[in-house]
Amino acid sequence: MTVLEVSRYRPGIDAEPVFQRYEVPDNDDWAVLDGLNYVKDSVDGTLSFRWSCRMGICGSCGMTVNGEPRLTCGTFLADYDGVVRVEPLHGFPVIRDLVVDIEPFLEKLSSVSPWLIRSGEDPASEFAQTPAQLEAYKQYSMCINCMLCYSACPVYVLDPDFLGPAAIALAQRYNLDSRDEGDRFDVLSTDEGVWGCTFVGECTSACPKHVDPAEAIQRYKLTAAVRSVLPWVRL
Amino acid sequence: MVARGAGDPLGRVVDVLIVGGGAAGLRAAIAVAEAGLECTVLSKVYPMRSHTVSAEGGAAGVIGVGDTLDEHAYDTISGGDWLCDQDAVEMFVREAPRELIQLEHWGCPWSREPDGRVAVRPFGGMRQLRTWFAADKTGFHLLHTLFQTTLKYPQISRLDEWYVTRLLVEDGRIEGVVAIDIKTGETAAVWAKAVILATGGGGKVFPFTTNAAIKTGDGMALAYRAGAPLKDMEFVQYHPTGLPFTGILITEAARAEGGWLVNKDGYRYLQDYDLGVPTDKPKLRSMELGPRDRLSQAFVGELDKGRTVETPYGHVTFLDLRHLGEERIEARIPFVRELCRSYQKLDPVTDLIPVRPVVHYMMGGVHTDIDGATPIAGLYAAGETACVSINGANRLGSNSLPECLVFGARAGLAAAEYAGTAAKPAARAVPDEPLPDGSGSGERIADLRTEMQRTLEDAAGIYRTGDDLEKAVGSLRDLRERAKKAKLDDSSTSFNTERINALELGCMLDIAETIVASALNREESRGAHQRSDFPKRDDEGFLAHSLAHQGPDGSPVVSLLPVTITRWPPGERVYGR
Repeated sequence: MTVLEVSRYRPGIDAEPVFQRYEVPDNDDWAVLDGLNYVKDSVDGTLSFRWSCRMGICGSCGMTVNGEPRLTCGTFLADYDGVVRVEPLHGFPVIRDLVVDIEPFLEKLSSVSPWLIRSGEDPASEFAQTPAQLEAYKQYSMCINCMLCYSACPVYVLDPDFLGPAAIALAQRYNLDSRDEGDRFDVLSTDEGVWGCTFVGECTSACPKHVDPAEAIQRYKLTAAVRSVLPWVRL
Repeated sequence: MVARGAGDPLGRVVDVLIVGGGAAGLRAAIAVAEAGLECTVLSKVYPMRSHTVSAEGGAAGVIGVGDTLDEHAYDTISGGDWLCDQDAVEMFVREAPRELIQLEHWGCPWSREPDGRVAVRPFGGMRQLRTWFAADKTGFHLLHTLFQTTLKYPQISRLDEWYVTRLLVEDGRIEGVVAIDIKTGETAAVWAKAVILATGGGGKVFPFTTNAAIKTGDGMALAYRAGAPLKDMEFVQYHPTGLPFTGILITEAARAEGGWLVNKDGYRYLQDYDLGVPTDKPKLRSMELGPRDRLSQAFVGELDKGRTVETPYGHVTFLDLRHLGEERIEARIPFVRELCRSYQKLDPVTDLIPVRPVVHYMMGGVHTDIDGATPIAGLYAAGETACVSINGANRLGSNSLPECLVFGARAGLAAAEYAGTAAKPAARAVPDEPLPDGSGSGERIADLRTEMQRTLEDAAGIYRTGDDLEKAVGSLRDLRERAKKAKLDDSSTSFNTERINALELGCMLDIAETIVASALNREESRGAHQRSDFPKRDDEGFLAHSLAHQGPDGSPVVSLLPVTITRWPPGERVYGR
């Protein structure tokens, strides 16, 4: 048997989170999420957590596993020795058990105008975009909004107003898109924007999709710095 | 009582309420906003979690030189074994390219040709290259592009993590919904002039499925309970290549790029099932690029001949990608490699991928016309929730994403037009209904769900018989009664996911009954519906849609509705010859 030590918090019932232990059968194919679902289905229906696709693409099931932010559908019980401790994602208010409040994160995403900004009429057919132009922003378009990078970010944990890795990477996803004519300088080049980042790089290490938010932030620092001294230059 | 004022989260009547935040729902929302009306997208998950995110291979739309709309229509109609409504298909293939270009203009990172044009790839059952793709994460990119684009419209508001428990219908006209705010557990009436259901399919009625946990057929069940019929529910698509245990989909694009299906002897077995002869390079509408129903049926043939391999998670055959080489796999289907490495502990560059057929898609759904309108005034449905029908008895791969876009947009426009002239529903107190709580003394939700899933797999799998289906009718009726007395551990309010699971089980049981009843009624074999006791297609008796209405005792009553034929009379489905 594997022992899961799971953080429980029920508003109005628990004063603060407590850990509860559950035993789950050993199965080399089981992800942490399978263990949680075993508990939910067979042992204790009161345990609450989010999950959906269980193939690492919907971004719902991010939690803290033995201290690290992980997608629980892609983190396997067999890779751990001893007790596996599952907590909600650090850095976010807890709604219940392993469910955190992601509203602040969504506001940050919206604040960078994450859509193609253009003036004038669209053509009748597609915009031409070469594979190289696609490559310029592609990796920043791979973010699944799982928020592991926020949980890993030492700046965000101290300053919840920090725009944070995923939102900045998303802004760069559009900034670097050859079809985009937008300007996101005012939201990015602020103390709560790219200048808040101390370049620890934890976000990039935590990302399960190999997006490199740290690079996105550093690149925009250069863009913003050049623009501050040479306002007519666009990088 | 659920009273306005006490509970109404908006304090106003919405022009158009959209239930579901996947591709169809979000596309509808943008259409409503662009028509100048206000809409609210209500979903049980945040929109970017919607199951559209898992679609991999691509989206079909005629763009290439030499391709024609008629060819796309013919492929779709023959792929659907002539059960598609041909007027709907003609409209669909005409509008699909425009929708895909619209997505490009909204920023979708479609894969490209060297000169910057959108690239297209082959796909199963398609005789031309017409499948647009964003590597092999097409649904993911499409969903995020749509979601991010909705953020620029002030007319679009959202109720994230709300769950609809019933539709409010008065005198045959929709007036809104009753829904639970999952976060607080509070129930509220949300009044709306028009409602669009876009909650996706219900693959979770089966035990082994590519579908995400959220795919519980909620929208279908809501419409069915409100009096709208469910159409063609017996047509359930098995995708031929799912990973054993997880059911994770290995996209058809893997075969479009040249992958082979082989049995335990390394033999490309599809050649034994009238699907053509093996060629080194993929050949359109042949062998591995045949339609999904035929490929899944061929797997059962291999199983019967003892040419599969047994694993702890059922029998498998293999998908062989090794000859494609690392470079092509990384460039064209990188997600396939990522999924195999993470979830199957193998590398398709060097290893065979074990695969088995897996429930993937429901051709059936809420009966609508080509504008997404249901028989209930002001109620619309789009995407997998709806059955227009363009998919007939078997959907072709890469037709579902454009279906979400084309019919999401059409339903959005039609709902906006309706809401523009419809009277505002009078907000009032509506009767409350008891929600599942801890008072039951019966079985666990998960146990009931597992039994339902086994019942469906045993009776309504790839091959069906009248006897098995008869038995399943009784089993499901029994399960429905037992589910009413289910025991819940959780009686709290905030984020009570067990209560949501209980409500979802109710939805799944309803649609499970329509699947079984419609399958029992259809005494022929067509597309994804194969009756061992009626092995031939019967155009005399069944060139018709099944319509399942909920009868007075709660069980489905099935009738038939003729198929619309315009230019393609029923013929033989020919692949590989």
